[in-house]
Parts: sequence; structure tokens; C-alpha cells
Amino acid sequence: MHRFLSISLKSNSLRRHHSSLSLYTHLSNPLNSANGSSYAHHHFYQNPTSQFGFHPFFSSGYSSLTGFYTNPTGFYFMKPPFRSFSSETDRESMEYDVLIVGAGPAGLSAGIRFKQLCRENNVDLSVCVVEKGPEVGAHILSGNVFEPRALDELLPHWKQEEAPISVPVSSDKFCYLTKDRAVLLPSPFHNRGNYVISLSQLVRWMGMKAEELGVEIYPGFSASEVLYDTNNKVIGIGTNDMGIAKDGSKKDTFQHGVELRGRLTLLAEGCRGSLSEKIIKNYKLRELRPAQHQTYALGIKEVWEVDESKHKPGVVLHTVGWPLDHKTYGGSFLYHMKDRQIAIGLVVALNYHNPFLNPYEEFQKLKHHPAIKPLLEGGTVLQYGARTLNEGGFQSIPYPVFPGGAIIGCSAGFLNVPKIKGTHTAMKSGMLAAEAAFGVFNEGLNMETYWDTLQNSWVWEELHKARNYRPAFEYGLVPGMAISALEHYILKGRSPFTLKHGKPDHEATEVALLHSPIQYPKPDGVLSFDVPTSLHRSNTNHEHDQPAHLRLRDPKIPELVNLPDYAGPESRYCPARVYEYIPDEKSQLKLQINAQNCLHCKACDIKDPKQNIEWTVPEGGGGPGYSVM
Amino acid sequence: MKIMVAIKRVVDYAVKIRVKPDKTGVETNNVKMSMNPFCEIALEEALKIREAGLASEVIAVSMGPPQCVDTLRTGLAMGADRGIHVEATTGLYPLNVAKIFKRLVELENPGLIFLGKQAIDDDCNQTGQMVAGLLRWPQATFASKVVLDKEKQVATVEREVDGGLETLSLDLPAVITTDLRLNQPRYATLPNIMKAKSKVIKKYTPQELNVDIRSDLEVVQVTEPPKRKAGVIVSSVDELIEKLKNEAHVI
Repeated sequence: MHRFLSISLKSNSLRRHHSSLSLYTHLSNPLNSANGSSYAHHHFYQNPTSQFGFHPFFSSGYSSLTGFYTNPTGFYFMKPPFRSFSSETDRESMEYDVLIVGAGPAGLSAGIRFKQLCRENNVDLSVCVVEKGPEVGAHILSGNVFEPRALDELLPHWKQEEAPISVPVSSDKFCYLTKDRAVLLPSPFHNRGNYVISLSQLVRWMGMKAEELGVEIYPGFSASEVLYDTNNKVIGIGTNDMGIAKDGSKKDTFQHGVELRGRLTLLAEGCRGSLSEKIIKNYKLRELRPAQHQTYALGIKEVWEVDESKHKPGVVLHTVGWPLDHKTYGGSFLYHMKDRQIAIGLVVALNYHNPFLNPYEEFQKLKHHPAIKPLLEGGTVLQYGARTLNEGGFQSIPYPVFPGGAIIGCSAGFLNVPKIKGTHTAMKSGMLAAEAAFGVFNEGLNMETYWDTLQNSWVWEELHKARNYRPAFEYGLVPGMAISALEHYILKGRSPFTLKHGKPDHEATEVALLHSPIQYPKPDGVLSFDVPTSLHRSNTNHEHDQPAHLRLRDPKIPELVNLPDYAGPESRYCPARVYEYIPDEKSQLKLQINAQNCLHCKACDIKDPKQNIEWTVPEGGGGPGYSVM
Repeated sequence: MKIMVAIKRVVDYAVKIRVKPDKTGVETNNVKMSMNPFCEIALEEALKIREAGLASEVIAVSMGPPQCVDTLRTGLAMGADRGIHVEATTGLYPLNVAKIFKRLVELENPGLIFLGKQAIDDDCNQTGQMVAGLLRWPQATFASKVVLDKEKQVATVEREVDGGLETLSLDLPAVITTDLRLNQPRYATLPNIMKAKSKVIKKYTPQELNVDIRSDLEVVQVTEPPKRKAGVIVSSVDELIEKLKNEAHVI
């Protein structure tokens, strides 16, 4: 029985009162740009009917950057420096008890767990999941060797209920690659009892299970802004306005976004979630723990259909070394799924130094390696895709609770780097958040319970044990492997020290002067392909007549800094060729943003040297269309 | 006046399709399906006419497997008043669809029928024309503009034809199939999706409607088009003529 919406065209009198105070600090507003950049444009169209006159942030109230206050639970929170109060009077609003942003493993696990608790306790509470992809699973990409630990707890009868988990791991190999050879090394992984799956397929199944329990899932709607009340508490999200043309004007099909209010809001947007990043910054959740910055890697993946004779379901292979050099952390994976399908991909840590590195081209090189080539010959590529993933682990997890909700899954960052698995921990975090949320409604408890149960769970224990592997590679591949071996075989996770991460990924890029361009071989069209061909296989599409969702905080920086100092790295690390430097009429190279290609991987948001590129969410229903990734 | 709109559930236009290994058809397993783009345009036109006060009700009709209900729900979310689902597990060819449609028209008595000009999976471009033929109603296909005159019960339709634009005047009831430039379909908003959950979808089977859906057509094989061969640069006109004559057999 879901709670029916209240389609009230209400204007919140509280908010109106506050907006009239409009404390617009004109001085150091980083979002205001001289030529009225498209970022300001975006906000204008969130509030077209404001009565406070025409200027980009007329409806926002700015409070001072300093100033602590205690919220009712006794925790100190700093006032966020930017509050957006919509003075929308004609935006509809819908209310739920729990609002979840993102229909991925974490979001759906939270929804399922919450509804299970409702059933067990004979309580009727509403759960809404909003998802930017065109359908559940369309934006899900992962290796994936699945550890069923969390699923066993969540839906113990998954096998009888025909979850798409059917290929147990049959062999688990680890190789060091040189240009011509593959050297077998002792495998640091223990994948017995795990399964080779397509996470996109599993998430679709979980979506069905969630709907059976009464969770309302709405794919095709992007959560583009967080809604706050007068006490800086998160009260929900607003979806994107749809039907805005490239120049910002309203098309005939214009539809206002909708306000989705939740008594609790759970952010499950995946790695580098756009709203999660804003929340973490606003509430200073990293400082609160305290946690280090998050570090990331970019994973580029293809699913191939190969010859029956070459296909061995359950075979798992990981490699390090070639084509990456010893200063670049990363490696490849090759998993045999069912139906003659194999998943193959390359993961490159985004703290690489060489601005000329092109992770996509490195992946193409990899497929030509003599140990890998024979497997792929005669096969066809079914799908292609890319996504960033967290590598910060234990040291980078922010305090995941904020007034009005919590952050779950990869948006917080629970991936276990040495295991290369984040699905099971993301799911468990969703389940724990759901249990805490239920406690809030049913017993008047606090969302901080989520933090406590997280720290007492196997997620924490696992991530704590795994914390030193990745930072060890700051010293290079060989020292990294040595320290990893030390951790794994001798210290067995009981190390007395905690290594720290190096510079944030975007600061690690060195200037182009210190490096020389890398000559990548041309694609042969059989094993390796050019970007447009690969992109076509990702089923990516966006409504082309919409404002570009990739915003430049300062539109001059690409030509003033990125191009001369770093040789335009965004034109190399983007796996979808969104960024291109094209000569204009005066033969000057100018940045062209092909936003329609975007795979929603978030690499640009992470790696841009001056953090000038901001990934914002486009109109819902766009983006890739993964089905077997 | 009621308007009936035909809606087909097809492979989404952005998906890269491939042929099934056994060559019996296109792989539709694990593939995103959506409403046929021309059907969206047809539904949008019907909704516009209803909103102009010239029609009382828009009924969305779909035929096929149980999942068609999802596509119908999208149609209801766009604004259709109710839906009809004719469940058929075997494939339906245009003539079968047209025959079932005729039966539904006899039951519902609409004054106007909209269909998309063709479905993007089979590109048949036949159903609308067959429906008009079976019902003996006037038809206007490839409509790029529709103007209704309710008093005179006449529809003036501009059609996109090879030579340009042709304007036809049809007495109602009539069948119109829609082309790309007719309108821009609206988005289904969240509140409308929620409202659509409570709208009615009536289910029928072809047997209940007394329609025989055996087909005279049978798909024998589906293959990918042959890969484009690389071009050959010829060095002289003589060589060109020789190749055109002996290899391409065109002169």
C-alpha cells in the first residue's frame, strides 16, 4: 500500500519568508561568472517565477561560512555556505517516508530492507527510489565477481527466486604482464564461493524484488538539487526540469521538475555522486570523521561473445603490469560469464602523472596481448562502457550521516580495493541505513545509529583490514606489491600503521612539459576500436537539444590552463570523447563539449586539474543503456 | 468523440541491436524496450485534440506479450484516459493487428484512429492502411499536420509525400498515421506516472474477440546486412568501365 502523493501546488511559506532575507554575498561567489556561464543559467531555470527580480541567485540565501550550531541530536554541524530555496510556486511536490536517490545495489538494498522491516512490524511506510537511467540497471557497470555475503542476508532465497547468479568462480588466476609474456603469480584473491555475474542484470532483478515489496521506483528522473528547510535539514530532492533547449529557453515539451520530499533521504548515487559530493562539502562530512580525500580509478569494460570452444564459465583472471607502467596503479580483469560472454576491462587509477595517458587506448592495447588476443579472436563485442570507482577505502570514508538523511554505497565509498569488490559492502551499507531509518520512524531513534552499526559490522572490519594495500602503491608497483605481500601473508590485516593516500587525483597530474606524447597504435577494427564505434555499443543517448550537463566553472580555464599546461588531458581520459579541442575560424584550439556522448562515468569531475569541470545531471532517461555490464 | 491510438512496444531506438545466433530474429532478451517513436507522436496528437476540446476520450491500444502493459502505462502517463491490451504470445503481423483493431473499433466506436506510420522494428508501414481498408474508412498517412473541424466532421490532413506536401480532406470517422514532423511528444511527468497507476487497462485475447491470428507470413531467416566492402581506387577510365561491366555487372 503506497502512500499516495499530495499534488499540492503549495508554496512553502517558511521558505518564502527566508528567501526574502536574500543574503547574497557578492564578494567571493565562485559560482558567479562574468559572462553569466551556463552554471548560472541552470539555476535561473530552476526558479523562473521568482518575484525577486532577475539575477542568478535571487532565491538563494547565503549565510556566513563560519558559525557552528548544534542540531537537536547534539552534533555540531557547520552551516552550509550555499542554500537553495526554491521560490517555485508551481512545482509539484510528492512526499514519502524514505526517499532514495539511485537504483543501484545500495539504493535497492536499502529499499528492500526497509520494506521487509515494515512488513515484519506491521507498519506501512512509503519508499520511493528515483533513478536517472532510462531503466533500472541501465547505468550499472561493474566487473563483476560477486560475493553473495550481503545478498544472503538480504534475500536468503535468491537462488530459488531465480536471481541472475549462476556462474560460480571455477578458477582464479593472477598474472604479471610484460609486452609479450604473462607471468603467473600467486593469486592474492580468494574467490571460492563467489560468482561471476552481470551486475546490471542483478540490479534489474533486485528492482523487481523491490517493487514486489512495494518500493516505488521511478527510472528516467534525475535528482538535480537537494532541498533544505530553514534549519539546514535535507528534506528531499528536486528532479530536473525537462524540455529545456540548448540555449536555455523552454521548449513546447517543457515540464517542471518535481519535488520529492522524504522524511529521510538516502543518497545512493554511486561513485562521485553529484548530490552526494555537494552534501559532503556542505556539511563538511570529511572533516567530521576526519577522513582523507577520496581517490579514484577509471574502469573501462567490454562484454564480448566468444567462440564456444574458448569459453570456460567461471574463469577469473586479473593482471597487473603491461600496458601500464610501474608508476601507474591499475590492472585488468577478464571474467567468463554465461552464454559465451566474457567481461574484459582495464582499471586505471586516476592519480596517474602523465597527462598524455589515455586509459581507453591503453585498454585497446591490452586486448592485443598474446595471452588475451586468442580468446577474443572470432568474437564480437556486445557492449562497451566505463565508470569510475573508489579506491580510497577506509581512510576516505566520510561521516555518512547528515541532517535529514545518510549516504550509502559507493557515494560514501565502501569498495574493498585488494578484493576489487564494492557491491557486497554497498549493499550492506544500504541495509544498515534502512535499519537505522526504520529505527528513526518506529522507535524515535537517530540516524547516527547507521554510523554505529556500520562501525560494528563486517564492512568496517573488512575495510579496516584492507586499508594499507592501495596507499602502498604510492611508492611504485614493486614496493606496493611488496608491502601488499607483507600485509597479506605476515601481518594479516593486523598492521599497527595506517598508510596515507598521496595527492588528490586531480593534483597528481604533472605538466605536459615533463612528459612526451604517447603514440598509440591505430585500432584494427577487430580487437581494438575507435571511440565512436565503442560508444555506439554503449547504447548511449541524450536528448540533444538540452543544455550541456558538463559545466565549466570558469569557461576560460580550458584554453588558458588545461591546454597549454597539461595538453588538454580531458580529451584523453574521457572514455566517450566528450571533450575535444577543435580549431575555430581563427585556427585557435577551442574546447568543444559533446555532452551527448557522456557515459556518466564522472572521470572529468575527478581528474580535471583545476577542478573546473562540474558534472551535473542531465535530463532523466539519457545516458548509457547497459544491459549485460 | 473517442480517439483510439495504436501503440507498439519495440526495441528502444538508441539500442544497438544484433541478430540472434540462430538467425530467427533480433535479440530482444535483456534489451531495452520502449514505445515506438511514431506511436508516441500519434498519442501526442490525440492528446492535443482532446485538450482542444474536440474529443472526449483517448484510448491507447497495444497488442502483444504481457510486458506491453508497461508501454501502455507510459501512454497513460502521457495522458491517455484508458488502455486496452490484447494479449498475444505469438508474433502478430500487420494484417492480424488490423483485424483485431477492426474488432475493437466495433466495440468502442471511436471517431478517429491514430497510428504511427510504421514501427521501427519491422518498418512495415502497413497496419494503418490495412485498418482503413478493413473498416472502409478514409485514410491519410504520413500526416505532418492535422486540423479537425468538429461541426462538419471533417479532418484536413497535410501529408508528406515524395513530391512535397499533399493536403487531404477526410470525412470522419477516419484513420490517420503520423509522421515525424507532426509534433513533439510530451514527457511523462512523475505525478502523471503515479496517476496512471490507477487508470484502467482492459485485457482481451484474440480468441475472445473472435479474430483468427494465424498468419500467411512466416519469417524464414534474419541475417545482418553484408559488411560493406572496401572501396577500390581505379587508375583509369578504361579500368572503371571494365570493372563496371565485368565485376559489378551494371553496364
